Amino acid sequence: MGLTLHRSLAVAAALAVLAPLAAARPEEPAVVEITAKRFQFTPSEVTLERGKPVVLRLHSEDVTHGFYMKALGIDTVIPPGRNTDVAITPQQPGRYMVICDHFCGAGHGNMHMDIVVK
Amino acid sequence: MAKPIDRRTFLRIASVSLGIGALHRVAPAWAASGASDDTSRRLKSRNGEAVTPFTFVQLSDMHVGFSGPPNPTGTRAFERAVEIVNALPKAPDLILFTGDLTHDSEDQNERTARMQRFLEISGRLKVKTRRLVPGEHDAGLDGGALFREHFGNSSYAFDHKGVHFVALDNVSRALPEVGPEQIAWLQKDLARFPPTAPIVVFTHRPLFDLKPEWEWFTRDGDQVMNVLAPFENVTVLYGHIHREDIQQSGHVRHCAARSLAWAFPDPAQVAEKKPLAFDPGRPFANLGLRTLKAAPGAHPRAATIAMDEVELTLREHSGTDGIAQLLRPSTL
Repeated sequence: MGLTLHRSLAVAAALAVLAPLAAARPEEPAVVEITAKRFQFTPSEVTLERGKPVVLRLHSEDVTHGFYMKALGIDTVIPPGRNTDVAITPQQPGRYMVICDHFCGAGHGNMHMDIVVK
Repeated sequence: MAKPIDRRTFLRIASVSLGIGALHRVAPAWAASGASDDTSRRLKSRNGEAVTPFTFVQLSDMHVGFSGPPNPTGTRAFERAVEIVNALPKAPDLILFTGDLTHDSEDQNERTARMQRFLEISGRLKVKTRRLVPGEHDAGLDGGALFREHFGNSSYAFDHKGVHFVALDNVSRALPEVGPEQIAWLQKDLARFPPTAPIVVFTHRPLFDLKPEWEWFTRDGDQVMNVLAPFENVTVLYGHIHREDIQQSGHVRHCAARSLAWAFPDPAQVAEKKPLAFDPGRPFANLGLRTLKAAPGAHPRAATIAMDEVELTLREHSGTDGIAQLLRPSTL
């Protein structure tokens, strides 16, 4: 019985130490999947929360596309065949147009999507 | 009789890049001698001296191969522009093409056919000195390989009558950028010129953030402008935006040309990047070309470059107007 009490006290002590640490661990950022395919992004609009970290998981279904919006710190290319993750924490509310800036064909000039930050 | 300038004195003066005009002021006796002609030629070759008047033309964004609602007339606007240039009262010395000569296609054979069609139409120009840069439609998908096969280098420089021309390629890397190698080349190319040398840069995309959301920018354009910053007389001619736009930034004048395919609206007036609607009554509305005249400026090595925007019009055919004129067979 002494040993059982000792073990119980040890577990309780461990929990007392670990519980606050668990509470302090930052929440994993939400992942938003975005697909690029000539000549559109899907979805065409995404809404994010100001100050909340998010990972934009980009995937191309055909050729290399660009993903560019200077004000949000987004500047990457999306090669086909793998995911490309872009981590952002938007700070300013507003509507931002993200463009494909990697020439992908005749319809490239109008390939864009909106990110709305609220 | 005054003593002619000796070689050592000449070399000391030449080493600080004084222009031939300044030499005439410094050493009038030398200038009066026959030795000045040879020196003038050598200085002209080294420093782009002696601007003499000439005219040239900028044509842009003909998108050969495109046919759609904004432009159902195909190459008619381009062909009309060729007629206008050929009919100019004084033939220009050269023609600059600032990109998107063809409209992109996924079919390589079709891309080749469009480049050949461009060559066929541009071949009707009486002016044989033509210099071209690609647009993203010409070079964005294959790094410029097919463009170079048909038209030669996409980035180069040359002098003409005292003006230094630089062709910059900001499309072949697929992203809107010039790239570090070309910027280093530009720096080296310009190193031999004095700050007053007149420089014309011709390229496809704007070298500044005109409207990044519409992809009207060059990512490393600020680095290009840093290389150009020491020069007092720079004109940048470009296309891509399918509308006339002229902006001054320090010593640099950025001049976008109209397209010969379709027009875009003013981004300050509309939210959406959508071509202006085709008007059958005015099929060439908002399309055009630019004529430029280079002339000596107030300074011996300066130049002024004046521009005229020429909006395309149709030839006069009595009894017909608007798109009906275009249905007549071309007499080119």
